[in-house]
Amino acid sequence: MSTRTLISPAALARPRGRLLYWLCFALVVVLFTLAFLGPLYWMVSGGLKTTQEAVQTPPTWVPGSVHPENYQRAWEVMDLARLLLNTLYYAFGALAFQLVLDVAAAYSLSKLRPVLGKAILGMMLVTLMIPATVLVVPQYLTVLDVPIVERNLLNSPWAIWLPSVTNAFNIFLLKRFFDSIPKELLDAASMDGAGPLRVLWSIVLPISRPILGVVSIFAVVGVWKDFLWPMLVLPDPTGQTLAVGIYSLATSVPENVLIAALTIASLPTLLLFLLFQRNIMSGLTAGGLKG
Amino acid sequence: MSAPTLTQDPAAKERRPRRPRAGAVRPPAQGFGKALRRNVTAHGFLIGAVLCFAFFSWYPIVREFLLAFQKTEDGQVSWTGWDNFVTIWNDPAFGQAWRNTLWFTALALVLGFAVPFVTALVINEFRHGQGYLRLLVYLPVMLPPTASVLLFKYLYDPGYGMFNEVLDAFGIPAQQWLQDPDTAMLSVVVASTWMNMGGATLIYLAALQGVPGELYEAAELDGAGLLRKVWHVTIPQTRLILALMLLMQIIATMQVFIEPFLLTGGAGPEGSTTTVVYLIYQYAFNFNNYGAAAALGLILLVLLAAFSAVYTRLNRATEE
Repeated sequence: MSTRTLISPAALARPRGRLLYWLCFALVVVLFTLAFLGPLYWMVSGGLKTTQEAVQTPPTWVPGSVHPENYQRAWEVMDLARLLLNTLYYAFGALAFQLVLDVAAAYSLSKLRPVLGKAILGMMLVTLMIPATVLVVPQYLTVLDVPIVERNLLNSPWAIWLPSVTNAFNIFLLKRFFDSIPKELLDAASMDGAGPLRVLWSIVLPISRPILGVVSIFAVVGVWKDFLWPMLVLPDPTGQTLAVGIYSLATSVPENVLIAALTIASLPTLLLFLLFQRNIMSGLTAGGLKG
Repeated sequence: MSAPTLTQDPAAKERRPRRPRAGAVRPPAQGFGKALRRNVTAHGFLIGAVLCFAFFSWYPIVREFLLAFQKTEDGQVSWTGWDNFVTIWNDPAFGQAWRNTLWFTALALVLGFAVPFVTALVINEFRHGQGYLRLLVYLPVMLPPTASVLLFKYLYDPGYGMFNEVLDAFGIPAQQWLQDPDTAMLSVVVASTWMNMGGATLIYLAALQGVPGELYEAAELDGAGLLRKVWHVTIPQTRLILALMLLMQIIATMQVFIEPFLLTGGAGPEGSTTTVVYLIYQYAFNFNNYGAAAALGLILLVLLAAFSAVYTRLNRATEE
């Protein structure tokens, strides 16, 4: 099924129209490929060049000689294994915290409807209006000395995990999905004696698989892409994330090694995207704007 | 322990056959106990998230307001009234940072707002390869910003960068890009657009699918050309989405940090890429002046919260 767009199908059916269509199509495909894959090609191939070739003027399109060992060097010199493990640890920890706490909160707000629930949801949503970068300073000071419990979370994974829960958008997205689950279904379960936790686990969660997938992917990608916050709260080089670690080592390694490191750092989220493209794109357009 | 069953509560069993009268009032004591139990469970499910919000979101928001009027010296906090605001106002970087940020926003609107829309329009016209084109456009969004920004720094290099090579192919003289105060900000915006345009493009594409085809047919009968169709049909039909994206874009670009921070070290040649958020960062983490950072942050907060409020109202309007 094709919907009617700007250019009329009649115009396209004519030989001249068809020729123009294919010409434009070819042009756009080439242009887009150059614009979006070009830099990525430059990154992968730059990592294969010798240091000399990487910084020579004029630059070369195809590496004169191929040096895959740059990737190995980047891996060793920049200790990428450690940075990668750190990032995985932070990302999946944040995912676990978000899944458990945000899902529980959204379920409570949607189905258990506590007193003041509306007010709490409102206060959560208000945080969406506050520009995130403005909060970096007071948040940082909070992490330095968490009130009441009086802990310093600097250099601790909690400084990444706990703030990641404060994702009002996730809670809202989950709540809206839970809202759409028919009440009769849950009532039937509680008639059979299922408690709220059982209902959540056996009925709500299995139905909500698509939205949980979307939230999970965004949670992992969010940690992977974050820069300013991990740079501030994880100053210890051994505990840094890939994004921050590569930045802090950027000036101390030769260009070709750095570029190889950039490629390695980009691979996980790119692979994630290629695997879960459909979910990511549908999640983006479903929740991205109308939220 | 036995699993709870329906027969556990004999009173409940006895009550069941009786159909409640419409609007019947339940006995208060039983209702209260039940409501209390229900609420304890519900708040139990909420507590984790609420605590996180309290510590890492609500308290910092309040603290931002307090910090702006406080001064911390040797661990001693004292109230200073508007002193912090006077300090930042008198800093020559203040005016420059705002000018740069507005300039960045303006450029980002021309590029970052128009480019994804045009891209979506173009992709939407093709009956082939839409999946591939969408994939391409969204690809950079998945890269860690550090990687894409450092990659662009390499591409921009006046000596071994690829951009000058491309210009050379078209006979255009080599540029200094990030090293030249005149082109530094533009270079930052181009990189930023490349990195971030995927999301907006997909949202526009979704919106374009909703434009009724008959409207284009009607416009054609009136003799409208391609541009007139875009102007009189596509844009009015998608105007709410466009308005929302415009607001979102403004809110996002006014908070720009990582691109100038990594591309030009923050300030850039002659301070040409110092942005408001970079200045906040400098006050807080280079000069240890949290008060001034908070004061500047507060100004940004008030400004952007106003945009957010408009956004929320508009968004609600589209829901209805």
